[in-house]
Amino acid sequence: MTATRVAPAVEMVLVSKVFNRGKPNEVLALDDISLSVGQREFITLIGPSGCGKSTLLRLMAGLLDPTVGEVTVNGKTANQARADREYGIAFQTAGLFDWRSVQQNIELPLQLMGWSKRERRQRAREMLTLVKLEEFGGHYPRELSGGMQQRVAIARALSFQPSILFMDEPFGALDEMTREHMQTELLRIWGETHTTVVFVTHSIPEAVFLSERVVVMSPRPGRLFAELPVDLGARDFDTRESPEFFERVTAVREALRRPDGVE
Amino acid sequence: MTIGASSDPGTSAAVADEVRRYERRVAIRMAVRRVAVFVSFLVVLAFAYTGYKAFGGAIDDAQTEWPVVGSFLPRSDDLTMPPLLDIAAEVSVPPQRNNAKPLGVFVLEAALFTLREAALGFFLGVILGIGIAVLLVRSKWLERGVSPYIVASQTIPLVAIAPIVIIWGRTSLDWLPFTWEDWMSVALIATYLTFFPVAVNGLRGLHSPAPEDVELMASYAATPNQTLVRLRLPASTPYLFVAFKLAATVAVVGAIVGEISAGVRGGLGRLILDFAGRYTTGPERLYVSVAGAAALGILAFGLVTLSQRFVRAARVRESVST
Repeated sequence: MTATRVAPAVEMVLVSKVFNRGKPNEVLALDDISLSVGQREFITLIGPSGCGKSTLLRLMAGLLDPTVGEVTVNGKTANQARADREYGIAFQTAGLFDWRSVQQNIELPLQLMGWSKRERRQRAREMLTLVKLEEFGGHYPRELSGGMQQRVAIARALSFQPSILFMDEPFGALDEMTREHMQTELLRIWGETHTTVVFVTHSIPEAVFLSERVVVMSPRPGRLFAELPVDLGARDFDTRESPEFFERVTAVREALRRPDGVE
Repeated sequence: MTIGASSDPGTSAAVADEVRRYERRVAIRMAVRRVAVFVSFLVVLAFAYTGYKAFGGAIDDAQTEWPVVGSFLPRSDDLTMPPLLDIAAEVSVPPQRNNAKPLGVFVLEAALFTLREAALGFFLGVILGIGIAVLLVRSKWLERGVSPYIVASQTIPLVAIAPIVIIWGRTSLDWLPFTWEDWMSVALIATYLTFFPVAVNGLRGLHSPAPEDVELMASYAATPNQTLVRLRLPASTPYLFVAFKLAATVAVVGAIVGEISAGVRGGLGRLILDFAGRYTTGPERLYVSVAGAAALGILAFGLVTLSQRFVRAARVRESVST
């Protein structure tokens, strides 16, 4: 137990990913990625579309295998970590099952793990409180707004209390106001649950507002351009309008602009 | 309702409830409209029938004026198109000289006999079709290798299979704990038609979940069986119900054709065959029995549609507009 606590949440060593290897449409998606994510850290992967940031996240989640290199999660191989349910995941589309009520959606992972009905109900209620949707357990996904659906997706991802939360552009389909509200909510949930969060986005202000560290990626093949710490302290409404915030936004924008091939 | 739900009427939860009530009202209104359209269309059909009958009967008179029209269009008389009222009146006439049972009762009894075959054929086909779809979704190789045979199976005419199934049922099934009867063989013949749409659409439905849904299940380290039961099967229900509607109508056709080609008595198939053979002495009887077959098909279709509403309301809750 202590050993897993000491190990970084995610560790990638010289990871590369090639799709369609040996075929005419072979693509080098990720090249020589080394990256370490600390326990309880909030880290953001940012880069232009097609830079492989979603692929990077799927390697961490053990949903894809690296072509070269090693990925460990909480000291285990990514696949083992997946089997041990070390993480929860949320995608851009909330991906709720529309034949299940909100509560049943949150209970899905617990059901797969063989929890009893009573335990599931109890936990689902706690999660509904966490994401402030207490009244909506009996409703169906299509009766909810996009932001509410994403909150259900987060509740589902955290329902079995994994130590890591992977998020792949979860707020990408939301309008700007809902998006900012969800960011504040996510930070609150992160603070309450002590989870490690790896967050993929292509929005610079989102990356700066949310994370303690922004990892900037190059266009294809995906490489790590820069890692920028964001030492803004506790975020609140004023953070978005502070000069320090704009400074970090500018720094990330500059990093993204670096010409190809410059390491 | 949910435990702990607030009863504050101003909440969005209350709004969502209101939306649900509104959608239910719309659904009822649409059902009423559907019945109204169905009945009106029946009236339109009756007028079209009567209208063409009058027109077709007048062609020979007009031929002197428009020889081209007369040579192209089929003529009509009381033998090819008996008057609708005569057909309706025939329902209460006994078709057999030494039997007081009216034609309507004959057709009804035959329809029930055929319905039993069709129902069994439908359910066997549904089970077989879903079984095949579940098997094929498990393996790309199996899907590629077996799919052509499933398609090819439908090119073999029922007439060719019917005698084989009947003989096989009569001679080789005496080990069963119950007596195998011919109508069960006819149900098997109908199954040969019903499994096809279920297998094809079911496979599409099982493949329908978005890649992210499948990834989500993988992220939970779900077993293939869990992914099947919790994701793929529920996601396939809209596809399956399209197939069930097809299968329900095809089951009736399969049962009728099966009866005819296997020479099984008691159902609509035999009745239609008999009346077709004696068409010139009473065309109305064939029309009545065919109407019975059509009604049976509509009944089967309607039952499936009805059950879909039930399943949707209980589980899928899809928008009423779809």
